[in-house]
Amino acid sequence: MADLNKLYQAILTGDQKTAVAVTEEALAEKIDPQVLINQAMIPAMTEAGNKFECEEYFVPELLLAARAMKASLALLRPLLAERGAEPVGRVVIGTVKGDLHDIGKNLVASMLEGGGFEVHDLGADVPPEKFVAAVREKNPHLVCMSALLTVTMPAMRTTIQALKEAGVRQQVKVMVGGAPVTPDYAREIGADGYADNASSAVKKARELLAA
Amino acid sequence: MASGRVILTDGAWGTELQALGLGPDELPDLWNLSHPERVEQVARAYVEAGSEIILTNTFRANRLAAGGRISSTELAEVNRAGVEISRRAAMGRARVFASIGPSGKLLIEGAVTEDELHAAFAEQAEALCAAGADGLVVETMSDLTEAAIAVAAAKATGLVVVACMVFDSGRNRDRTMMGATPEQAAEVLAEAGADVIGANCGNGIAGYVPICARLRAATSLPIWIKPNAGLPELEGGRVVYRTSPEEFARHVPELVRAGANYIGGCCGTNPAFIRAARAGLERACT
Repeated sequence: MADLNKLYQAILTGDQKTAVAVTEEALAEKIDPQVLINQAMIPAMTEAGNKFECEEYFVPELLLAARAMKASLALLRPLLAERGAEPVGRVVIGTVKGDLHDIGKNLVASMLEGGGFEVHDLGADVPPEKFVAAVREKNPHLVCMSALLTVTMPAMRTTIQALKEAGVRQQVKVMVGGAPVTPDYAREIGADGYADNASSAVKKARELLAA
Repeated sequence: MASGRVILTDGAWGTELQALGLGPDELPDLWNLSHPERVEQVARAYVEAGSEIILTNTFRANRLAAGGRISSTELAEVNRAGVEISRRAAMGRARVFASIGPSGKLLIEGAVTEDELHAAFAEQAEALCAAGADGLVVETMSDLTEAAIAVAAAKATGLVVVACMVFDSGRNRDRTMMGATPEQAAEVLAEAGADVIGANCGNGIAGYVPICARLRAATSLPIWIKPNAGLPELEGGRVVYRTSPEEFARHVPELVRAGANYIGGCCGTNPAFIRAARAGLERACT
């Protein structure tokens, strides 16, 4: 009998090998993938996020947990697709124009994927028109923008402006983050949400989509 | 290199270049070729403020960090020009330690391999050495593994190598982004061959006093500290750093007592901070 607690522990501790083995075992036993996701995987990622926010976990532990989660999810995905299960949400993410920093953005992307989101990563130094094109093409629920530099933060505002001008602003929620970004700034530029770390980004994303 | 006397280094470059017209979309390092006179102006302001070591405008001039925005043929050129500009500004009154920043890629994520990191840092270190730098500074590092690779690559040039990490994470803001403590950093950086170790950027100068003390307790190597002027905040759409030069300088004697051998500033600091730090140092010595 596949052990859900073992799966939970494996993801929480970033033990990808065990996570995959237990997932395979569970699938062989015809356990419902949704049960695995809801009872072991998402709780494990939530706990990893809590540990990160309490600063008991650092970036490496968080990344390893997300990686174990993704490897398990990859095994479940064909089954979920078969029954037409939709992802939690679709996300387009990128670091804004002029800014080459992608570590924070990658971390958020990993955590969102670990949280069951379908993530389209546009990379770093992404011009507003590329965000607009991705929104048209991928039809996401959420657009996430990152900036690490005070000098590139204004590109978040111009990107939101470009989404408005293209007439697609209303169909997405916009979330922003990055070292110099503040909740006040997010409000000022007309974003829907702000998160100050990769773990709270997942919570915020869920919140925004539920709203 | 520890002579007992504290040596004053420089302050931030990026914010100073912006004040001279560097645009938000521009890579500061490219100004070494397009606006050398303005880069020299920044460097000279630090020499005039009393910096005994100045750095170079080459923080992002390695092929990984530049992300394709500096062509591979131009990379060596940008690094060479960076050293030459600082050398001209130094006018023989300051030594030139060339800046090597992080790659911006995470090893643990598989975004880059150790070999790629080593090749990129070695290429930059060789260009800076060939241009006549007096030393190399591996700075603003968040990942000890990457820092150790950069130090080893820099060390191969035969120059003096300074290695410093950013401590800004964890409950007490005394860990790197990857969770390393000052003690772990001291051990790994020394083992990689660093001649001077330390901390830069972070959360302001007050938080770096205890970190300096912990580095001091963990190593016999000289210690290099370059804190920022606090974290940037937005005020009416303008970026401000809360720490004033005077406040910064008040903590300088504390850093000296905690064992710092080289003191300067990071983001948000400017020549006024260096002048104030000079006064702070004089107070510390009397």
